[in-house]
Amino acid sequence: MEKPESPRHESVCKDPACKDSSHTESTAPEFDRRNFLKGAVVGGAAAVSGTAAMKPESAQAQQPAAVPAPEPAGYSFLNLDEAAFIEALVDHMVPADELTPKGTDVGINIYIDRALAGAWGKGDRLYMQGPWKKGVPSQGYQLPLTPAQLYRSGIEATNAHCRKAYGKSFDRIDEAQREEVLVGLSTAKINFDNGLPVRVFWGALYQSVIEGMFSDPIYGGNRNKAGWQLIGFPGVIAVHRDHVAQYRGKPFPNKPVSISDMS
Amino acid sequence: MATKLKEVDVVVVGLGWTGGILAKELAESGLKVVALERGAPRSSANDYSLPNIRDELRYVVRHDLMQNTARDTLTVRNNPTQEALPMRRLGSFLPGEVVGGSGVHWSGHTWRWTDMEFKVRSNYEERYGKKFIPDDMTIQDWGISYAELEPYYERFEYTAAVSGKAGNINGKIQEGGNPFEAPRAKEYALPPLTPILASEMFSNAARNAGYHPFPRPSANASQAYTNPDGSQFGACQYCGYCQRFGCEANAKGSPHMTVIPLAMRSPNFELRANSWVTKVNKASDGKRVTGVSYTNILSGEEFEQPANIVLLCAYAINNVHLMLLSGIGAPYDPAAQTGVVGKNYCYQTGASATLFFEGKYFNPFMNAGGSNATIDDFNINWDFDRGPHNFVGAYNVGGGFNTNLPIGYRPVPNGTPPWGKAWKQATAKWYQTAMVINASGSVMANRSNYFDLDPTYKNAFGQPLMRMTFDYKANEHKMGTHAAKVINDIAKSMNPTKLNAATARTEPWTVVPYQSTHNTGGTIMGTKPSDSVLNKYLQSWDCHNLFVVGANVFPHNSSYNPTGPVGALAYWTADAIKNKYMKNPGPLVQA
Repeated sequence: MEKPESPRHESVCKDPACKDSSHTESTAPEFDRRNFLKGAVVGGAAAVSGTAAMKPESAQAQQPAAVPAPEPAGYSFLNLDEAAFIEALVDHMVPADELTPKGTDVGINIYIDRALAGAWGKGDRLYMQGPWKKGVPSQGYQLPLTPAQLYRSGIEATNAHCRKAYGKSFDRIDEAQREEVLVGLSTAKINFDNGLPVRVFWGALYQSVIEGMFSDPIYGGNRNKAGWQLIGFPGVIAVHRDHVAQYRGKPFPNKPVSISDMS
Repeated sequence: MATKLKEVDVVVVGLGWTGGILAKELAESGLKVVALERGAPRSSANDYSLPNIRDELRYVVRHDLMQNTARDTLTVRNNPTQEALPMRRLGSFLPGEVVGGSGVHWSGHTWRWTDMEFKVRSNYEERYGKKFIPDDMTIQDWGISYAELEPYYERFEYTAAVSGKAGNINGKIQEGGNPFEAPRAKEYALPPLTPILASEMFSNAARNAGYHPFPRPSANASQAYTNPDGSQFGACQYCGYCQRFGCEANAKGSPHMTVIPLAMRSPNFELRANSWVTKVNKASDGKRVTGVSYTNILSGEEFEQPANIVLLCAYAINNVHLMLLSGIGAPYDPAAQTGVVGKNYCYQTGASATLFFEGKYFNPFMNAGGSNATIDDFNINWDFDRGPHNFVGAYNVGGGFNTNLPIGYRPVPNGTPPWGKAWKQATAKWYQTAMVINASGSVMANRSNYFDLDPTYKNAFGQPLMRMTFDYKANEHKMGTHAAKVINDIAKSMNPTKLNAATARTEPWTVVPYQSTHNTGGTIMGTKPSDSVLNKYLQSWDCHNLFVVGANVFPHNSSYNPTGPVGALAYWTADAIKNKYMKNPGPLVQA
């Protein structure tokens, strides 16, 4: 059964962390939403009630009863700096064009946040007993960090590098500078001052962007199956028994189906 | 303090293919059998159903059906001079951890290993002389013959619904099959799977080059099927989610829908899931085992299960670990060249090329686990002269697809940027229009590839982790060079728009990324206790009421997937216990 697709761009922000992302291109940090919210935390009750007042409660009431409200895209793990970093990263790696919406509109940032907040981020299935040694690359992951801790320190270290090199954090540098940083991370030309091995951080970060683009939308990314539509992957297909001969050498209809479509 | 339970005839440790086969056979023969499985019970109807089974993130990336390394893992290193460190999460190989074991998530490729493996040292010495085999290559004959195993291969193939085309029936070469295979008594249980474009194109190119392509035999039912035990199979749906997944159609031959439910039907059988065996207990005279100790991992309670016969049927690596933890047999020492337990750990190697054909639609999401065509011209073809290439062993080459899901499989030509608009364009253009040709190669046993207990790291039960010391040697590098050239020649003859050529592997083995769950050796079978742990019936030379079943018994690794001989040897051992051991308990082969 086909379900109505949620709108690609949320017109109404219902959550403090749901940004319109225009700030990522802003060069005037003093007015951006993140600083406002940081101030709000410091500012206490008045500011908090201010953010609450931004929620158009009447909008909820106006929804027809049968249609559930779109899930608010707030963050569960990422703090404000980290969210800004991840949003800038995924929009740079997956820019909007005729092939897909931009990374935040595909929900890759939300996928990463949920993965870090959940069991995987907390080190589920990870052997976490010491002693901790560096080892050689063929021995694989050897850091005493859960994925959530790895991202936290990696984002901090990347922003520290950006501030040193460009005077600003990653989300505030321009496209060319972001490209330079990603090339530096992916080729390990950048060294982190905090001692974190850049290759390990980059490997995990890259993998999670790919997961956010191509995993089932049930995990918060691949919104509207944008990643699957990009490549023509049919998703949660039930049967191909007849198709295997019928479509041999021919394109298969590009109408991907997700777990929630079939649930 | 462990609670001591009532003695049973047989305790089975691990309930996948081997444990399932033995449990069914022995329970049906009238023996009281208890199976202890560390994983949870799962069923196709409840756990492997649509739509949730179609979840690449959960099953491929997050290893939902696999061993949990937080609880137990290995330490790894490339050679004895390195310090081994824990494999902190799974990567290179993926042992299963549910009722059904790795038999739930395998692809189904089912091969008959031949006397080329079982008589490996004799064959090479006879043809090339003793000096052809390097000094540090500890290959040895297995002590079993193809002729002895043939009926048991058939039994397993018919149980698991293997679809394929025979190449040699009683010595008569069959059109369309593998002409190099050893003679079989009967056709496969089911006809081959429907070919896909990639396997057809590979077959044509291989045939034009003078090779002998054939459809890969695979336990993916090409049509609805009832096996000789009465287990029902649905027809394969070519869903593209085979490797790493349970099959909702019950089309993939798996123990949880064949032998295990049949064992459960017997009043002589009891399954205890979530039961983690920590030790095999030895009698005071050291000549017998008395049972096993285990922990109920739901409650933490410890038990001792006495048994007249103990069968270790866990994943290959975990069988070896239990033997080392239990102190049965002398541990292997690579420096002194003494001991046997842990010896001859082997793996597999490979090479692969990606071919890009503008405008050709391969539909990589539409295939069975075994939608490949294969050539064995450089594999079990003994006419292929290894002499000029100076390597021992073999490789098979295949073209086709198996489980090419988009988190893990997005082929792009070399040099494509890894993100941004150009990356998206290339990903969109080539996902459906590329195909892969790959080789799977054998790994010969080597003196310095082995298992022992790690001196530092412990599992959740406070026991030492097992330590794996492994690397590829010059022999495998030479074979890889040969394989890469064969692959690239075939690939070029197909005139792809672009080609990511195959290269021979020369770097050390690494614990990431995924390579193959074909780990072999450690408790090897053989002809004498001085160089093997088990006799030809997989019976311990040290303790005659202990049998150890799985790929851990292979003295070296071939290029083929191991499940064919693993299943056949399980039936072979079941017959040996029923027909020989029960009549006259004691060593079935005199040392």
